[in-house]
Amino acid sequence: MSPLLTVDSLTITTRAGLNLVDQVSFSLAPGEMLGLVGESGSGKTLTCRALLQLLPEGALQITGGRVDFDGRDLLRLSPREMRQLRGAGVGMIFQNPSTHINPLMTIGQQMAESLRLRGRLSRKEIRARSVSLLEQVGIPSPEQRLDSHAHEFSGGMRQRAMIAIALACSPRVLIADEPTTALDVTVQAQILKLLDGLRREHGLSIIMITHDLGVVAQTCDRVAVLYGGRICEIAATADLLKHPAHPYTRGLIACQPHANVNAQGPLTTIAGAPPTAEEMPAGCRFHPRCPDAQRRCQTRQPVVHDVAQESGHRVACHYPLQRLIHRELDHE
Amino acid sequence: MSSHPLLEVERLSVSFPVTGPGLKGLFLKQKLHAVNAVSLQVEPGSVVGLVGESGSGKSTLGRAMLKLEPSCAGSITFDGLQLDNATQSDIARLRQQTAMIFQDPYSSLNPRQTLGEAIAEVLKVHRKCSAEKRASRVDELLTLTGLSGDYKSRYPKQLSGGQCQRAAIARALAIEPRLIVADECVAALDVSIQAQIVNLLLELQRKINLTLLFIAHDLSIVRRLCDRVAVMYLGRIVEEGPTESVFSHPRHPYTAALISAIPDIDPERRLPDTLLRGEPPSPLDLPDGCAFHTRCCFAREACRKGEAPELRGDGNHQYACLLEAGEAERLTDPMR
Ligand SMILES: Nc1ncnc2c1ncn2[C@@H]1O[C@H](COP(=O)(O)OP(=O)(O)OP(=O)(O)O)[C@@H](O)[C@H]1O
Ligand SMILES: Nc1ncnc2c1ncn2[C@@H]1O[C@H](COP(=O)(O)OP(=O)(O)OP(=O)(O)O)[C@@H](O)[C@H]1O
Ligand SMILES: [Mg+2]
Ligand SMILES: [Mg+2]
Repeated sequence: MSPLLTVDSLTITTRAGLNLVDQVSFSLAPGEMLGLVGESGSGKTLTCRALLQLLPEGALQITGGRVDFDGRDLLRLSPREMRQLRGAGVGMIFQNPSTHINPLMTIGQQMAESLRLRGRLSRKEIRARSVSLLEQVGIPSPEQRLDSHAHEFSGGMRQRAMIAIALACSPRVLIADEPTTALDVTVQAQILKLLDGLRREHGLSIIMITHDLGVVAQTCDRVAVLYGGRICEIAATADLLKHPAHPYTRGLIACQPHANVNAQGPLTTIAGAPPTAEEMPAGCRFHPRCPDAQRRCQTRQPVVHDVAQESGHRVACHYPLQRLIHRELDHE
Repeated sequence: MSSHPLLEVERLSVSFPVTGPGLKGLFLKQKLHAVNAVSLQVEPGSVVGLVGESGSGKSTLGRAMLKLEPSCAGSITFDGLQLDNATQSDIARLRQQTAMIFQDPYSSLNPRQTLGEAIAEVLKVHRKCSAEKRASRVDELLTLTGLSGDYKSRYPKQLSGGQCQRAAIARALAIEPRLIVADECVAALDVSIQAQIVNLLLELQRKINLTLLFIAHDLSIVRRLCDRVAVMYLGRIVEEGPTESVFSHPRHPYTAALISAIPDIDPERRLPDTLLRGEPPSPLDLPDGCAFHTRCCFAREACRKGEAPELRGDGNHQYACLLEAGEAERLTDPMR
């Protein structure tokens, strides 16, 4: 299937000329759920905000690339066209609901605003749809809670209200930035099921930003891993989790607390700190923390290339792990 | 070491007035019972986990325990001192010795202050170090939480979600509190940095006997970090006990459901089927009997009426459920 959304070499630069996001490319097919994972500060949120022209004005700029949605370059839309698109084409669930939910409006008023973007509806219809949406995201007494303000909601309820507001305008692409971080496991499962159902039944395409590989494993078709503002690996979910090719991806998997529930003492971490834009290492950005780094990694930036033909598994590493792992398996 | 708990609440309740639907609602204020007669003890130097469904009252309880939210009934005791009729100086002492890391880091940081200014202000107000040492202490705190000193000139809006959360942690640590109520303090962090923060907290616990009330929904971290765990459902604690005992032998069906829903990174495992049937009841209209009975597959007549069941058990591991030990074994049986 031809992609619905294609991001090609997107680059985001600060006023000081530092690239916070550097030549990021990926695509999204209709009905697909793509995971976007990576360390805190790796550029996940900025990448997605750029797609909707929501970068802080003046501070950050898109200095390269294109974003193709349905034959249009999103980066070159006028503000008016962009507003229309946000209403009908691309919805976003923001990482910090409290700064994106208006504290002075009730949840119901905000849902109504979002519903109206889709077309004319009577007040009764709006109310009925809002109640049903709040119900779908698992808010008890939805009828009464429509008249609540955001501060009267718990953290997780606010996050779910944000999801309901984003879904109200029935988008074709949904960008979900850490949509379940404030939710307990049972409510999380409910929300993930809701999103999964929307893509299966209505062909909604979803970019799922998360740091929880458990969520990725259960929902995403493919995953892209960001490190220091660049894509370091992209592959089908099962492929990536079973045969990570990039040493960073392998490290991420090893750090999952579920990976060793019965263990004691300190948790596994990836040694060293994530790079900052001011001091981006030369060569491969991961090399100072990479256990397998060689001399070449210190000077030459690896390009994204196929690990195996036609599998769609791509990696930016001079010495990908795939072969090593296979050799270990052969010995067993 | 003192033998009394560092922080203890007894039958603490918090409720909020809520406007009902329509015009009538404006006059007929309803009460939302966010926290219902909760008793909890936090021993010095221990890490107590507080878990439970979204909206079950964890944040409200955490705030109320530090007197950051008025309670409508019950008592709070901090370090042997009852805070019911606390004087200004009692509250000042509480503020000096405790810190809260709020669930929403963005709204807990002042948008017009750089991180450096925010942390320096805390150091100054609490007289933690001399004016000359302040700058280096700010650097040190930022570095401890995995941000470097470079971040001190940043404003909150120039940070990623996880960086902001770490800034909030650094500010709480600046107080050098004896007790921290950490509300979902690692939720926005990726695993590697999450582990770094958890390790830091464990180290502080060992070194300075830091006490922690750790509100979280990530059960794998709770299991790793906490000595004891309390499970909340609709404003009440439904189970409380040593972490291992609660995780391996849950006695409340809600706890058992939570544990079975821990996501796994096995790509073959699909989304679990509905773990809990039905919807959570509304805190505006609490059901009779056990609040969980509407969703519990073990519920029987006695669960549906009367007062909510009281906590019972051997004093160490308590649960508010009428199921007997033999029946409770079926809770963890995967074939049920
Ligand atoms: N307005 C800004 N000015 C300067 N730097 C910024 C600004 N906004 C974000 N950054 C930096 O850009 C980098 C990427 O930020 P982004 O929010 O995309 O991270 P993220 O991958 O979403 O991380 P997290 O998982 O913590 O949310 C971070 O290092 C952040 O500090
Ligand atoms: N200021 C307020 N006014 C009215 N209701 C409130 C207020 N604060 C909290 N509530 C209600 O109290 C209940 C408990 O909220 P609380 O924030 O304590 O939940 P929580 O367990 O922390 O949930 P989460 O995991 O989603 O953060 C919720 O139903 C919430 O809507
Ligand atoms: Mg982010
Ligand atoms: Mg909360």
